[in-house]
Amino acid sequence: MTELDKIRNFSIVAHIDHGKSTLADRLIQETGTVKDRDMKEQLLDAMDIERERGITIKANTVRIDYRADDGKDYVLNLIDTPGHVDFAYEVSRSMRAVEGSLLVVDSTQGVEAQTLANVYQAIEADHEIVPVLNKIDLPATDCDRVAEQIEDVIGIDASEAIKVSAKTGVGIRETLEAIVTKLPPPKGERDAPLKAMLVDSWYDAYLGVIVLVRVIDGVLKKGERIKMLSTKAAYPVERIGVFRPQMEMIDELGPGEIGFLTASIKQVRDTRVGDTITHEKKGTENALPGFKPSQPVVFCGLFPVDNAEFEDLRDAIEKLALNDASFSYEMETSAALGFGFRCGFLGLLHLEVIRDRIEREYNIELITTAPSVIYHIHMRDGQMIELHNPADMPDLTTVDHLEEPRIKATILVPDDYLGDVLKLCQDRRGIQQDLTYAGSRAMVVYDLPLNEVVFDFYDRLKSVTKGYASFDYQMIGYREDRLVKMSILVNEEPVDALSTMVHFDRAEQRGRAMVEKLKDLIPRHMFKIPIQAAIGGRVIARETLSAMRKDVTAKCYGGDATRKRKLLDKQKAGKKKMRQFGKVDIPQEAFISALKMDN
Amino acid sequence: MLNDWQHGGFGLYLHWPFCQAKCPYCDFNSHVSREVDQDAWLEGFKNEISLYSRQTEGRTLDSIFFGGGTPSLMTPKTVEGILDTVRSHWALDTECEITMEANPTSVEAANFEGYRKAGVNRLSLGVQSLNDLDLKRLGRLHDVAQAMNAIELARSVFDNMSFDLIYARQDQTIEDWEDELHRALALEPSHISLYQLTIEAGTAFGDRFAAGMLKGLPSEDLAADMYDLTISTCADAGLLSYEVSNFARPGVESRHNRVYWRTGDYIGIGPGAHGRITVNGTRYATEAAKMPAKWLDMASEAGAETVRAKLNAKEMEQEFLLMGLRLTEGVDLARHPSLIADPDFLKNFKYLKDLELIKMVGDRLIVTPQGRPLLNSVTRQLLAD
Ligand SMILES: Nc1nc2c(ncn2[C@@H]2O[C@H](COP(=O)(O)OP(=O)(O)OP(=O)(O)O)[C@@H](O)[C@H]2O)c(=O)[nH]1
Ligand SMILES: C[S@@+](CC[C@H](N)C(=O)[O-])C[C@H]1O[C@@H](n2cnc3c(N)ncnc32)[C@H](O)[C@@H]1O
Ligand code: SF4
Ligand SMILES: [Mg+2]
Repeated sequence: MTELDKIRNFSIVAHIDHGKSTLADRLIQETGTVKDRDMKEQLLDAMDIERERGITIKANTVRIDYRADDGKDYVLNLIDTPGHVDFAYEVSRSMRAVEGSLLVVDSTQGVEAQTLANVYQAIEADHEIVPVLNKIDLPATDCDRVAEQIEDVIGIDASEAIKVSAKTGVGIRETLEAIVTKLPPPKGERDAPLKAMLVDSWYDAYLGVIVLVRVIDGVLKKGERIKMLSTKAAYPVERIGVFRPQMEMIDELGPGEIGFLTASIKQVRDTRVGDTITHEKKGTENALPGFKPSQPVVFCGLFPVDNAEFEDLRDAIEKLALNDASFSYEMETSAALGFGFRCGFLGLLHLEVIRDRIEREYNIELITTAPSVIYHIHMRDGQMIELHNPADMPDLTTVDHLEEPRIKATILVPDDYLGDVLKLCQDRRGIQQDLTYAGSRAMVVYDLPLNEVVFDFYDRLKSVTKGYASFDYQMIGYREDRLVKMSILVNEEPVDALSTMVHFDRAEQRGRAMVEKLKDLIPRHMFKIPIQAAIGGRVIARETLSAMRKDVTAKCYGGDATRKRKLLDKQKAGKKKMRQFGKVDIPQEAFISALKMDN
Repeated sequence: MLNDWQHGGFGLYLHWPFCQAKCPYCDFNSHVSREVDQDAWLEGFKNEISLYSRQTEGRTLDSIFFGGGTPSLMTPKTVEGILDTVRSHWALDTECEITMEANPTSVEAANFEGYRKAGVNRLSLGVQSLNDLDLKRLGRLHDVAQAMNAIELARSVFDNMSFDLIYARQDQTIEDWEDELHRALALEPSHISLYQLTIEAGTAFGDRFAAGMLKGLPSEDLAADMYDLTISTCADAGLLSYEVSNFARPGVESRHNRVYWRTGDYIGIGPGAHGRITVNGTRYATEAAKMPAKWLDMASEAGAETVRAKLNAKEMEQEFLLMGLRLTEGVDLARHPSLIADPDFLKNFKYLKDLELIKMVGDRLIVTPQGRPLLNSVTRQLLAD
């Protein structure tokens, strides 16, 4: 056990890609926690998908030992957090487990939207904040400008910001010293009843459910019986350990310490992040305030390309959900796509990550339907129902009004692109809330319907600003609007998986855009195909995909018979990637691409 | 009882894999080689012929075809040696068609005469275009004047002559093609092959196309218009489209290619040559070693065949339709009764019939004129499960 004043707990927070994980690498390396020969870049990003995309998805905790300039030995617990807005929840709960934050800012880029979002969270968590200016090895580095920005935009003192290159190792020693001298040690009573915060939990194939805890008061020991305050469920503690970053077993965790326990808990669902853990007997009665649970905000249908793989998909989804409480699912049947699941995600990246994992780790090819949000339908009889899937929209005569979720979006953008950003937000039914400047960068705040954002807003934003804008959002609640369900009919038949909710005023424009897109996405057939968008029974847009005119191989002689036969088999396999609606084959990518807006 | 292949006849294909230059659109097994030891090749062909004749004893050849590559680079002596060997192993039908593909550059009157003496009775000339600039873009070594000469010469030597053109070329308008086609028909061929340019993977054009650098190719609609125009223009000149890309005065259709399309038996000899042979009621797909040097080595020893695959009933049905529906005469469904018993086939059949893309004429299933330009889709649908 470590004395409280020798402990420092902190999270590393930053906008995406500003170098958190790389900084964590250096801290781990400089303190000799991991031997040089075992080091690799972004060591903590261990999941395949993290390494492949070069981003952090899951927060990671590491305990490092550090002998400071004052000659004393300290124990530092660092939590590397993800930068992407979809995983903001990971950041907020990580912050609750520590007393301070290293705020990393890329000195070639400056303050970005997630920099701000993270700072606000850190302030809310009463953190001491140490600003770190990273990437000073790059020619474009401009520490003075960025420090000034931090002071202007965020309003914290940046005069002692540490200049670092997480790549070359410059400034790492100074960072470690700042952690020791500037961040407060944790508080806690060794002799008080056990009070520990359940920070996170996940499933490990060998050890079962692993619970990440931060001990506030008391001591947690191996072999003791603990109790979850919210569920009252009790378990014997089997193992206690810390991450270095591999698991290292120890016997106990005292106040201020962060580590993990295993206790033959069957399912991740039996643990509640934010819960208070205490001893079964003589435990505390005072629960910690807990965390706000994460809410899925984006929904879409996942269907197996090959209907025979439905059970495999169920299996895959159940396994993934075991490890990811923020991902929800329920069975869905579609006339067009057969059996599948309607799944809820924290955002589009989260959706993509889950979809990728199903396709790769479980080898199931998927059709993903258009992402949608949860609408509140207020019925004539006073009931309110949640609509997760446009296809389930009840009969209009029973509906009084609809509400849609709205967000507060914060966008930081260089001056030059401000006009484009305003136009984009305006086009997406946004209401401007604020517009301020910091040097040559503008910060705009918009109230936007989530529905207009989930789909391709981020892509559009990146493209109109050449990647120079950053974006963050928070849910702000529901508001009534004139929303209607738009159906798409292909060859006179409705395709439920293409139904979307749209604002009445935009319906015609969206309908036209969608049928035009579909006309390009659906290959020509041997007959002509009308493609229509309709609201209720009224057609609001129509295109006709003309019949195929030529598909014949010019030459086919004796040597071509085998080749043609093999080609036929290949084409049959290719056809599996299409879905049949009546006589029409629709390629699977059409279900998503049809919704992408070009402006 | 008739063996099924007998509906299509029996042919022999001989592949000469060498050319003077490689054309950028060509995916045939052709190679440019300075030195070719024709005597050694003759020996290879002789060996192969005797090997295959043993499996097809007692049969009569309906057709022999020298294809390539550029078989007109063979010396008349080589051709003669091959044909003499063929005659000593099989009987030849009295009407046996013996075709040679020739390139306009490699024609010499003396050679033509030699081929004729050796037994060749039909010449197929690779004219490709009647436009000098386009010939250059197609990488051809000849010009229009040479092509005209070659046609004249071929006519004077052979009773039966055909030539090939490639259309739907880069930057070709429908008017350009109409004009060119009229000039071709003015030469009064009794048989002509008119191919739309196909961009094949693995060729120079294929690579340029994949890189987005092959510009000016016709749209689907323009290609369809060109195809319609080709069929009607040829018909006006008395040349009927008896197959997708082949046109002839009635009675002058190529016997050899009909063996393929009617799914007859054919022996394939030469590098990369494919064959179909029915032995004791089982039909095999054969393939010979592809690289010339390798083939020659193998052919001089135990034989150059590298693949011999049994075709199952399903595969035979597939080939029957894939090949047979290319012909205007269509297919006789009675040859594969299992097809008519297959509910999938019947469902697909009805679907296409309702769209008027196919129809029955007596026992024959034929693709209608509307269906013809969509033949690949039609066939795929017919064979869908
Ligand atoms: N030149 C230079 N590159 C750096 C430095 N620090 C990080 N990088 C690079 O910046 C990119 C992003 O680094 P990460 O450490 O993955 O950033 P992150 O903040 O953890 O990213 P997320 O977890 O996805 O939010 C990587 O390509 C790093 O190699 C630095 O000091 N100098
Ligand atoms: C075996 S090839 C070549 C015969 C001969 N070597 C020649 O080039 O004239 C037979 C015919 O196929 C046609 N052909 C070859 N490649 C083609 C392609 N990519 N697209 C369309 N036709 C092609 C040409 O008309 C050619 O004459
Ligand atoms: S088109 Fe004819 S000449 Fe040209 S490479 Fe092919 S086979 Fe040889
Ligand atoms: Mg990271």
